[in-house]
Amino acid sequence: MNLHKKTLFMVGAFSLFLVGSACSAQPQVAPRPDGSVPVKDLSYAPEYKPVDEMAQSDVQVIHIAQVDDINSFNRNLKKPKGIHLPPAEDGLRDPQNEATHILAAPKPAFEGLPPTEYGNRVDWVKTLDDKKIRPRWEREDPDAEPFVMDLDIVRPVKASVPDVVFPHRQHTEWLFCSNCHPAIFIPQKGANQINMSAILLGQKCGVCHGKVSFPITTKSCRKCHSKPKPDDWKPPLSEATLKNPWK
Amino acid sequence: MLPIMKGRITWRALALGVVAWAAMLVAPAPAQAEYGDVVINNYADAAGMRPAVFSHWFHRIRFRCKVCHADLGFQFKAGGNKITMAKIIDGKFCGACHNGEIAWSVENCGMCHSGVPGTPTHFHGSTVQTLVAPPYQPLTGSAAPAPAAAPKK
Repeated sequence: MNLHKKTLFMVGAFSLFLVGSACSAQPQVAPRPDGSVPVKDLSYAPEYKPVDEMAQSDVQVIHIAQVDDINSFNRNLKKPKGIHLPPAEDGLRDPQNEATHILAAPKPAFEGLPPTEYGNRVDWVKTLDDKKIRPRWEREDPDAEPFVMDLDIVRPVKASVPDVVFPHRQHTEWLFCSNCHPAIFIPQKGANQINMSAILLGQKCGVCHGKVSFPITTKSCRKCHSKPKPDDWKPPLSEATLKNPWK
Repeated sequence: MLPIMKGRITWRALALGVVAWAAMLVAPAPAQAEYGDVVINNYADAAGMRPAVFSHWFHRIRFRCKVCHADLGFQFKAGGNKITMAKIIDGKFCGACHNGEIAWSVENCGMCHSGVPGTPTHFHGSTVQTLVAPPYQPLTGSAAPAPAAAPKK
């Protein structure tokens, strides 16, 4: 009997809940004594601007392409057609565009330049040193000479790979001080923490190396890691070893 | 090995194999553009133009990095300069040289705007592009490029 009462109560409560919610869902327009229609508050809705529909002048979204080189080791996938393809065949430019066929092709331009195995397959620094090309230092003055600073910075490396020598000369032939200092590299000894992960992710040296200047490949390690370790070099002790109180 | 097991052909394996081979043959070849080519598609697709493609190799034979990256204020970032045609005509960014005096002027739309429509902003062949770039997601809403509408020349 007790159970029956409980069930009746539950059914009653549920039906009340249903009726209540059904009633409250309907809009309750309170009639005004003077018969006027209440004005709805529309402040929640964004203001309609027809100009916005035309074009977004300040689009902040930047497209980023898909990772495309993951399966390059798969020999079943299509082989690259070759290197230094003309613009109409490089896959990036549209062959249906007439001007694409007017654009300069890289192959004739790279003829006679010292080769490498990575990047553009051109050793740009050697090209400049050999005076094979004469890129301008000033936009309008073809005879302006660069402000070259010949200073090698040796950076000892923790790992057993050779130490890094950073040559300012090759870099100041192309770049100006303000390109790197102080935004990318603080011009102070010991102030810059650099590691290969950061470089591969496009930080520090990777701002240029890996995009336009020679990339990080297994064949280009020695371009930076060029100074052999000193004879008395030993691998550094780990943090745990150094802090070990029972050592 | 033939897909025949225990006297019956596993049609499923056969079909999968055929599909895989077809995909390999049909799949487009990856772009073989030069190292350092930059596709800039901040506004072009939304405006019905082909994206602009910049060749580093062509420009570095003629100018040192300093000219653009120190004097003209180009950031070291693909799509990071928010270049518009208004700025170029105003003599900023590309317009500092592409003014008909040092290099050809902006009337030659197709020389820069030569990319395959819909190609996102990216640094072709860069290490970051190869290893860690997040997947490309097309724009949604009014800024999305219309694939059916062929860009004007």
